[in-house]
Amino acid sequence: MNVRTDIIKPPKQDIFQSGKFRSIVVQSIVMFLVVAFLGWIVSNTATNMKANGISHGFGFLSETSMFDIGYLPFIDHTAAHTYINAFFVGLLNTILVAVLGIFLATIIGFLVGVGRLSDNWLVSRFCGFYIEALRNIPLLLQIFFWYHAVLRILPRAKNSINFNDHFLLNLKGLFLSRPVPENGFNYLLLAGLFSIIVIIIIYLWSKKRQNLTGKQFPILYFSLAILIIPFVIISFIYNFPITLEQPVLKGFNFKGGIRLIPELVALLLALSLYTAAFIAENVRSGILAISKGQKEAASAVGLTQGQILRLIIIPQAMRVIIPPLTSQYLNLTKNSSLAVAIAYPDLVHVFAGTALMQTGQAVEILFMTMSVYLSLSLTISLLMNWYNSVMALKDR
Amino acid sequence: MKLSNVLRLFTSILILSFGTSAIADTLSDTQARGHVRCGVSQGLPGFSNPDADGNWVGIDVDVCRAVAAAIFGKGGDEKVEYFPVSAKERFTKLTAGEYDILSRNTTWTLSRDAKIGLTFNGVNFYDGQGFMVPKALGVTSALELDGASVCVNTGTTTELNLADYFRANGMSYEPVVFEKADEVIAAYDSGRCDVHTTDKSGLAAQRTKLAQPDEHMVLGETISKEPLGPVTREGDEPWSDIVFWVLNALITWDELGLAGGDAVKSIVGDTSSTPEVKRILGVEGDTGGHLGLEKDWAYWALFEVGNYGEMYERHVGANTPLALARAGSPNAGWKDGGLLYAPPIR
Repeated sequence: MNVRTDIIKPPKQDIFQSGKFRSIVVQSIVMFLVVAFLGWIVSNTATNMKANGISHGFGFLSETSMFDIGYLPFIDHTAAHTYINAFFVGLLNTILVAVLGIFLATIIGFLVGVGRLSDNWLVSRFCGFYIEALRNIPLLLQIFFWYHAVLRILPRAKNSINFNDHFLLNLKGLFLSRPVPENGFNYLLLAGLFSIIVIIIIYLWSKKRQNLTGKQFPILYFSLAILIIPFVIISFIYNFPITLEQPVLKGFNFKGGIRLIPELVALLLALSLYTAAFIAENVRSGILAISKGQKEAASAVGLTQGQILRLIIIPQAMRVIIPPLTSQYLNLTKNSSLAVAIAYPDLVHVFAGTALMQTGQAVEILFMTMSVYLSLSLTISLLMNWYNSVMALKDR
Repeated sequence: MKLSNVLRLFTSILILSFGTSAIADTLSDTQARGHVRCGVSQGLPGFSNPDADGNWVGIDVDVCRAVAAAIFGKGGDEKVEYFPVSAKERFTKLTAGEYDILSRNTTWTLSRDAKIGLTFNGVNFYDGQGFMVPKALGVTSALELDGASVCVNTGTTTELNLADYFRANGMSYEPVVFEKADEVIAAYDSGRCDVHTTDKSGLAAQRTKLAQPDEHMVLGETISKEPLGPVTREGDEPWSDIVFWVLNALITWDELGLAGGDAVKSIVGDTSSTPEVKRILGVEGDTGGHLGLEKDWAYWALFEVGNYGEMYERHVGANTPLALARAGSPNAGWKDGGLLYAPPIR
């Protein structure tokens, strides 16, 4: 019998039948279309701007800005400075409110979140009410509430609410005394630094000892003692090397001291109280996610209530809390752009507002502003992902 | 609110990105649409402000009405669609084509004219920037304002003049910058700022909005020149010409002392009128044809809106809440020592 060997041969590989080849082709076509589309947008925008006589490019950044900015806690800006300087002022003001906001929101959020789980009826109901009320009112309204309803009824500068001349509150903001370092302050800093190093060494030693022998060391009391004692001694030697600079009413306003403008206070209050409501829920979900058996097992081996919370509950709860916490931090940062509604000079207000208006270069300025928020968000995500990987369950 | 502003700014940019750059013919587009699209303020008494019935009124609104009347003839002044815009977004939206005339107390400056693709078409109000303070402060001159908090509107020449003035006089100040004129005045009224600054006409208008207008005063200094006028997009000369000449026709009627409404009807048939009046009425010659309009364009603008003087007295003059007397101000005609001077219509 004649065996036809050609039949059982594998069929010749047809390149167009190959799944890999097809996917490469399809992907290249899609990629090409996307790039071509973007390119068309860019060139069309440029053509239209040219046709309409609108100037373009980033040359304006080195031009003199010719406008002033009201709140300059970090770097100086006058009308003689450039637009790029105004950009950095706005950026720093945005970062300021974002950092302070994240800090406050985290603290309030954790307190309220734990409070909601409290056995105390009043505390848990109050925290529940706080969360439901603030979560469900639009943020912009809350900002308006703090700025227009609360801070606008404060007295004028001459009749400030005054605590001991160190803490003054009026329509133009919150004025605090500022600590000013005097002769000998450097020794104080040095002592502080030294104390911290000693505390770290003791901490490492005590941990090692506990691993080896199981004996514990009262680290908290020792740390406090190491921190406070040298501080007190040096303060006595140099006759307290810190003085307080008091805010003093001169002309229209208070001079000296630290000033928080009402716009910043209102924005900060609204952002942190609003975001804290969401964080509180994240915290609650994190704690509730720990099975009851963990707690019971911990108390069975003789840990105290505080130790259970610190060593068993929180480390495990953090794994559940951190990912949604990250997105709350991102929200807070992006929501800070609502500053524009109440004259707080953040990036959107100064750069995408005044500078945009004076130069008319909307495309460039909005591109830069969006890039900044993107970078800020990515930085926060990066930090939080790193923190998450530190806290994550480690396979041993 | 703020977010929707950003959104609208984005659409403007999107139009810039996706729209095709055809050669603009705003007049044909307007005639086909059947109404003029006009950008106005979000409420500035005397200039552009909704009245009790929700109709837009004011000296800036009248410019748009006059242009519409010149294009559409009898009853044309009603054929206007108004777009209230903030100071910040007014130019972006104009260049993106959301409206065709920006008549919104806008100062004519070099950089706006040359840099952001705008054409300025004459001046309908000569203004200057001033300061308003509470009388209780005891301040009598702007030179005493060192260290004050000043409330100001963002995206305006006001903001820049303010910086110039304090810098030139070696004084410091704290600018508190708001997006809307209403927010500025509310902040000033509450005491957040010691001083409110804008164009003097604006100060007069906004003083009427304060809780106790009598307790505030406008300081004597005028720190800038603010020629306010209608703006159009660069690159459509015929359209810009129409806006320019309609405004100047209103000024010419004022120079000739001819009032609008029924008063002007009797002149049309009057054969004893001067050749100049006949020419502008469209009885002789064809000035309208050169602009792409009907012969009687200037007649209808006058008939529906009135001459410049009537416009002025109706909205900002001595008998209005703003109480800005025209005589002796730069807004008087050139024969009376003012700055208003229309080029000849021929």
